Amino acid sequence: MRKNNLKGWLYLLPAMLFLGAFMVYPLIDVFVYSFEEGYNFASQTYFDIGFYNFSYVLHDTYFLQALKNTFLMVVITVPVSTGIALLISVGLSAVKPLRNLFQTIYFLPYVTNTLAVGLVFMILFKKTAYSDGLVNLLIHWFGGASVDFIEGPYWAKMFVMCFYIIWVVMPFKILLLTSAIASVDRNYYNAARVDGTSAFRIFRKITLPMISPTIFYLVITGFIGAFKEYSDAVALFGTDLNAAGMNTIVGYVYDMLYGDSGGYPSYASAAAIILFVIVLTITCINLLISRKLTRGFS
Amino acid sequence: MNTSSQTNYEQISKTSARQKRAVHVLVYTGLALWAVMVLFPFYWMLLTSVKSYSAYNGERFPRFYTLSPTLQNYADAFTTVPLGRYLLNTLIFTAATTALMMLVIILAAFAFARLKFKGRNAVFTLFLSLMMIPNELVVITNFATITNLSLRNTFTGLILPSVTSVFYIYLLKENFAQVPDTLYYAAKVDGTSDLKYLFKVMAPICKPTLVTIGILKIIECWNAYVWPRLITDDENYYLVSNGIQEIRENGFGRENIPAMMAAVVVISVPLLALFLLFRDKIMTGVSRSGTKG
Repeated sequence: MRKNNLKGWLYLLPAMLFLGAFMVYPLIDVFVYSFEEGYNFASQTYFDIGFYNFSYVLHDTYFLQALKNTFLMVVITVPVSTGIALLISVGLSAVKPLRNLFQTIYFLPYVTNTLAVGLVFMILFKKTAYSDGLVNLLIHWFGGASVDFIEGPYWAKMFVMCFYIIWVVMPFKILLLTSAIASVDRNYYNAARVDGTSAFRIFRKITLPMISPTIFYLVITGFIGAFKEYSDAVALFGTDLNAAGMNTIVGYVYDMLYGDSGGYPSYASAAAIILFVIVLTITCINLLISRKLTRGFS
Repeated sequence: MNTSSQTNYEQISKTSARQKRAVHVLVYTGLALWAVMVLFPFYWMLLTSVKSYSAYNGERFPRFYTLSPTLQNYADAFTTVPLGRYLLNTLIFTAATTALMMLVIILAAFAFARLKFKGRNAVFTLFLSLMMIPNELVVITNFATITNLSLRNTFTGLILPSVTSVFYIYLLKENFAQVPDTLYYAAKVDGTSDLKYLFKVMAPICKPTLVTIGILKIIECWNAYVWPRLITDDENYYLVSNGIQEIRENGFGRENIPAMMAAVVVISVPLLALFLLFRDKIMTGVSRSGTKG
């Protein structure tokens, strides 16, 4: 037994070393950082302990802008992408020929480098001095005036941002929803059809309640993912997100840590903790709502 | 189910067949529409990458096809900017990270699944609770740690923080636990050591799961952006994500979009090829893990 004890820990040792050094220790340290006021990276000194870092971050106009951007992205992309994914998945489940081909195509955005494909989206939407870009061409066809989506008005930038986020998160949602729909027992459908139930009613009364756990899961992970939006924004608007007015909370954390405005790990930590608290709160609210709704279904 | 209800059901399904066809047309139109949305950016990058610089810039309104495709942009992508370097770096980073991670998680999963020792369940619970820690919270200190160890702009600094994944340990442990105990005791009777049993018996049996985890990690590494950006500012250590950002901001004199698109194609192809090869493994793996959100 003694020998076995030692052996077990030995097998765990590499994982524990890595997790300890790069997860547990940093987790404690980030709270320490966030309370050290005026921390200096070079000399590793600080003036005082307190809540100044949090107050600084909460009063920083860049952070407030990032907060607003992130909330807008979350509020727009989560319902829209879940809704479209649900429509597509229901459609996919209703047909047989070509289903596999469609599923393969729909999954492609998942296996692409977001920075690389973001560049393609930028080119599609961008308007330069000598070319209006493809999207503006389409707008012209429908009689509209051209807009620069990358360096133009705020709503236009937010539109591309949300459009790209939805494009990126769609594969995961479609995949989970189609497999959830496929796992619903066929007997329910057959029974309903014998009773002459309409397709829409079948969807509302059988499919939707049966797949509701997956939908709630997708909404919750969607919220979490959208709150941590960053790379997609860089892909569209470049690394200087503050100048573009399109920074996100995570972008703010990294900018504080490193980059032109960087070197402030204390502010970065405070912002990261604020983000964590927001995500935690919203996840708890989501869980409560989903529990209540699921109870209503059954 | 008796015969009368059987015929009744068939009748109903027959009458609904015509209505069904109309619905099918609608459904296929919708599905095709989204397929075009997904594929179009890929088509556009491919198309732009074979347009010549002058042809592209001569189009006030972009054209949907080209009659004189050229591969010049691909040559430019490899000669004007160090795209080959970025690819090689990413390959080294991906291979080393994935290999190291596999070793670490196999050992840990084996300890949790098969070995009996004091405190095992407590540690396992602790591991599981670590799954809830978001990366954004720990990256700040990791950045400080790696900087203080003077490991910036090194592969070691790039690789170390990404070596463990609690989730994959959990996934693998579940799979290991399904391997019957009798095999283990038989091997013990034969005098096989635990380590030999693990790599000669257990790992081969669980190969499908190992392959899935490996592929998911490769995808993650290939697309890594945030950590490499923090930890490298020397172009010689850029991975493809940072490389493409560098190309966008400083390479090719900004406006050479066809050459940029050629670079984008080169970066996208390896993962797309991997996906087409391991389609089912990747899709089941992702639906089980659901990490990327």
